[in-house]
Amino acid sequence: MPAAPGPCPMDPGQMASTLQRLAADLVARLKPEEEVVLLGIRSRGLPLAERLAILLRATTGAQVPVGALDITLYRDDLTEMVGSPIVRPTEIPFTLKDRTVVLVDDVLYTGRTVRAALDALLDHGRPHRVMLLVMADRSGRELPIQADLAGLRVEVPPGQRVAVRLKEIDGEDGVTVEAC
Amino acid sequence: MTSERYVFPHKHLLGIEPLSPQDITALLDQARAFEEVCERPSIKIVPALRKKLVVNLFFENSTRTRNSFEIAEKRLSAEIINFDADTSSLNKGETLIDTAMNLEAMHPDLIVMRHSAPGAHALLARHMKASIVNAGDGAHEHPTQALLDAYTLRKKFGKLDGLRVAIVGDIRNSRVVRSNLWLLTRMGARVTLVGPPTLVPQEMKATWPGIQISHDFDAVIPEQDAIMMLRAQFERGTGAYIPGQGEYSRFFQLNPARMKRAKKDVVVLHPGPINRGLEITSDVADGPNNLILDQVTNGVPVRMAVLYLLSNPHGEQVP
Repeated sequence: MPAAPGPCPMDPGQMASTLQRLAADLVARLKPEEEVVLLGIRSRGLPLAERLAILLRATTGAQVPVGALDITLYRDDLTEMVGSPIVRPTEIPFTLKDRTVVLVDDVLYTGRTVRAALDALLDHGRPHRVMLLVMADRSGRELPIQADLAGLRVEVPPGQRVAVRLKEIDGEDGVTVEAC
Repeated sequence: MTSERYVFPHKHLLGIEPLSPQDITALLDQARAFEEVCERPSIKIVPALRKKLVVNLFFENSTRTRNSFEIAEKRLSAEIINFDADTSSLNKGETLIDTAMNLEAMHPDLIVMRHSAPGAHALLARHMKASIVNAGDGAHEHPTQALLDAYTLRKKFGKLDGLRVAIVGDIRNSRVVRSNLWLLTRMGARVTLVGPPTLVPQEMKATWPGIQISHDFDAVIPEQDAIMMLRAQFERGTGAYIPGQGEYSRFFQLNPARMKRAKKDVVVLHPGPINRGLEITSDVADGPNNLILDQVTNGVPVRMAVLYLLSNPHGEQVP
């Protein structure tokens, strides 16, 4: 349920055009010699990365490899949790060495997921550089981390939740701001 | 940070018997994620058990199980203490409870124990705050062996349900069999126990009603998807139940002649250590159907999954 006043939530059409723009912005940021790979952070970063790869192929003709990163084992609160969260396989069937890695996630909030993702991906190899692309960048950072590319930037008080919905997982596309 | 939360409903892994099919599936699924860690070309270590203290408490000899647990612990970044029973105060007459209380004073999070007495792990579990992992207790259970066997079979066949598995040899003295019987029957596999009448107690059918018992290895070979050979444990008294090793091999050895009767893609398992030339010949143990070293490889991610799922404190728990 959207909270009032709902700060610019996204409908399916807006999400499609936002992804188009993100793909174009990403291409504009890359040097021709850079070899790009997309790493989607499970769970909603992965379908976003897969969609971006399709858009990149359509615009540049290049087949950009897509990997899946599960950050559970790198969480900073893992040993303090009640019960152990499910770990799903990380799938990176290509080298990260000297590549430009684009981390893809749905929402950037505290920055802790991205911190964990950086640790996780560096265990797989030493990239040339790492960029961060998110669908929604919301306020509330707890670590010095920022997005290079964001579909939408919103100021949201701590009591509310920015939810990115994807048809692959949720059956429909969209961004909503909800009360927790 | 949101992620799907599964709470493994057990504090300890004392055996397979208390586990539901859901628990077993969760453990095997989780091991799949840890297999990826073990197969990375780069760093095979994750920080999941950082700051956790694991004590390896082995009162009986073990090489591969202990090494496998230790590798699993190291890959999870745990702190490790190896408690060597030979050099401990046990030789000075300390009881198991006293040993446990002394360990408890060091606040371990997990204790991996092998002990010859079937009740030792449950006893420890009652006296300690730490989670206890059974790494083998006499002829009772060896749960992580059964889990790695199941993992190996599931990886090969994609499922356990409906799989035909023959377990062959010294059924009477084997803890591997008991854990495997709980696991395989619970997951829908069709198990046949094979061996001489003296080594296959008929009363096992009372505990696992769905199983078959056969004393004719040749007759049951053709229908099996997997053949799990057991070690003839002469150090545990196998010899007292059979006329001789030659006689045993003649009827129950897995050799090329018997492999000719088996399905072309049958898989051969063995928990090790192998008595080459006794229960299995070298050409079969090293042959194209064997998954014996895969079992060893799979032991590490399976044990990582066990340690990981037991490592966080839970709310509601059953033993």
